[in-house]
Amino acid sequence: MEANVTTATGVSSRFERTPGGRLPDQVLRVGLTTLAVLILGLIAYFFVRLIGQSSDALNKFGLSFIFGNDWDISRSIYHGAPLVIGTLITSAIALIIGVPVAVATALYLTELCPRRARAPLGMLVDLLAAVPSVVYGLWGVFVLGPKLVPAEKWFANTFSFIPFIGGGGSSITAPNYFIAGLILAIMILPIVSAISREVLATVPAENKEAALALGATRWEMIRMAVLPYARPGITGGAMLGLGRAIGETIAVVLVIGNAATIGHHLFTQGYSLAAVIANEFSEAANQPLHSSALFAAGLVLFVLTLLVNIIARWFVRRGTRGMRAPEGGAGEAASGSVATAGRA
Amino acid sequence: MSASSPATPLSQISAGRKRRDSIMRGSLLVGTGIALVPLILVIYYLIDKGISAWTSSGFFTTDPTGSFFGDPGGIRSAIFGTLEIVALASLIAIPCGIAVALYLTEYGKEHWFANLVRYFVDVMTGVPSVVFGLFIYIVLVVSHTGGSGFAGWKGALALALLMLPIVIRSSEVVLLLVPSSLREAALALGAPRWRIIWKVVLPTARSGLVTGSLLAVARGMGETAPLLFTVSFATALTGNINGLMNSLPLEIYTDITNPRDAIVARAWGAALTLVALVLILNVVARLISRRSSMT
Repeated sequence: MEANVTTATGVSSRFERTPGGRLPDQVLRVGLTTLAVLILGLIAYFFVRLIGQSSDALNKFGLSFIFGNDWDISRSIYHGAPLVIGTLITSAIALIIGVPVAVATALYLTELCPRRARAPLGMLVDLLAAVPSVVYGLWGVFVLGPKLVPAEKWFANTFSFIPFIGGGGSSITAPNYFIAGLILAIMILPIVSAISREVLATVPAENKEAALALGATRWEMIRMAVLPYARPGITGGAMLGLGRAIGETIAVVLVIGNAATIGHHLFTQGYSLAAVIANEFSEAANQPLHSSALFAAGLVLFVLTLLVNIIARWFVRRGTRGMRAPEGGAGEAASGSVATAGRA
Repeated sequence: MSASSPATPLSQISAGRKRRDSIMRGSLLVGTGIALVPLILVIYYLIDKGISAWTSSGFFTTDPTGSFFGDPGGIRSAIFGTLEIVALASLIAIPCGIAVALYLTEYGKEHWFANLVRYFVDVMTGVPSVVFGLFIYIVLVVSHTGGSGFAGWKGALALALLMLPIVIRSSEVVLLLVPSSLREAALALGAPRWRIIWKVVLPTARSGLVTGSLLAVARGMGETAPLLFTVSFATALTGNINGLMNSLPLEIYTDITNPRDAIVARAWGAALTLVALVLILNVVARLISRRSSMT
């Protein structure tokens, strides 16, 4: 395109390329565009196939696939409320524990930490994301679970008057909702922290300096100048963490107990949408309805994480870009690295 | 400030505000400490339980025997299986990812379709890995494409799908950092676009592209769920990617559920191996990116 500029001004025809000379350019352009189209098409195709495969179970059970409380393989009834509720409970635990710690870490690293310790500490937090989920599962089964049960028993007995927490008492055993939630909290921590740090770094120094100049203490500066500015971005980061928690499979299947019932308190065994797929997948291979139900669980999971991610992106974008129009280029780069931070 | 303070003293910070400030600063520090506890604990237990497995005879040189009694065997086939699958996945995901990133930065720019691609790539990073496994299972495994149901190359495809958005996003960020003055200079010299991309854009961004790709590889290496539905599990060492294969994550996953102590010990050893591989990739990636940011 730009090469045409010289010929348009008619400086010299020497610069004009022969049709043959432009061919590689055209090929590259078309090729790269086709690749991008193909990848989008591939995702759409997968999605359609997933819907097709899960239609058996969805047609048979309808809405009770999500709201009915009866997941019984022997009777071929697949009402998935225990799975949905297990997913929601464990993700909620993960957010309640993980997000405050992640935001505290991000605030400490960006606002308070000595400059020299900042990079190594940040890298250590990021390394939490590098540990594979199966390793967290292994650790949860053999270390965290057994060590946590006495504490859970004590907690359930001491606070037995609180609904959903008390009740189990001495019957509490190792795989349960809380252990799964705690493992998920650890797993979402690096993502939420990385995105929060990214967002906090975009708070203009003027805002902070203004707060300090007015006599604010460090904490008052954080509360009045930093947090309000960064809130949408942090919310988006927390939601990306939520998406991660909802979809996590292998760590959860190992520590949630895989019991297809709705636990009536925090320390009972349960199930989750992702865990059921991994756990029952091989036995379902020869039963069309069962595998269709598992595909439907996958579809619900896919749609759920898609929605959570779309909302999260909206928040993160608003947090990193919307508030400062003049620096569009920098904002672009920041939101790009935010996107990769989730997986890095 | 020192000149004005004797005449008009700034309002004193009250003791209450000071206390509140130090309490909150303290709790932020404590929060950071709490965040690091799990990392330390995981690494501690991995080393504590994994090293003894590493030092047991034939841990790296024999394959799992698959039998419940007797010698459980080592993890040789798991290591090679993971390396084969991840290598194949990288061969697919890295070139495709960089190519799409090139489309976004060099051709698409702010075109609506480029923005659509960007958006879906963003959203794809949040799709759970188990869903990618299901995709490949439905499309390739059930239909016995290629003559066998579960196969190594299908697992590699699932991992590639998972790595693709990471490669695209990190590459795009790096490619955007290539100064447009370099591109314009090459254009002014009469170079065609494809040569600019090949000779100017890619070499300039090389270290950043390598870093992003390595992080994606590290990510793919640790994934279990996609392999569970696509490669399944085998004990033997094989170079045949059109059949069942062993891999480190699945070796760990199957060993965890085994009641025998010796096999659980192998899971710890395999986990230490996997984490070591992933951490090495992470550290190398970060070293490369640090070196490039200094020059």
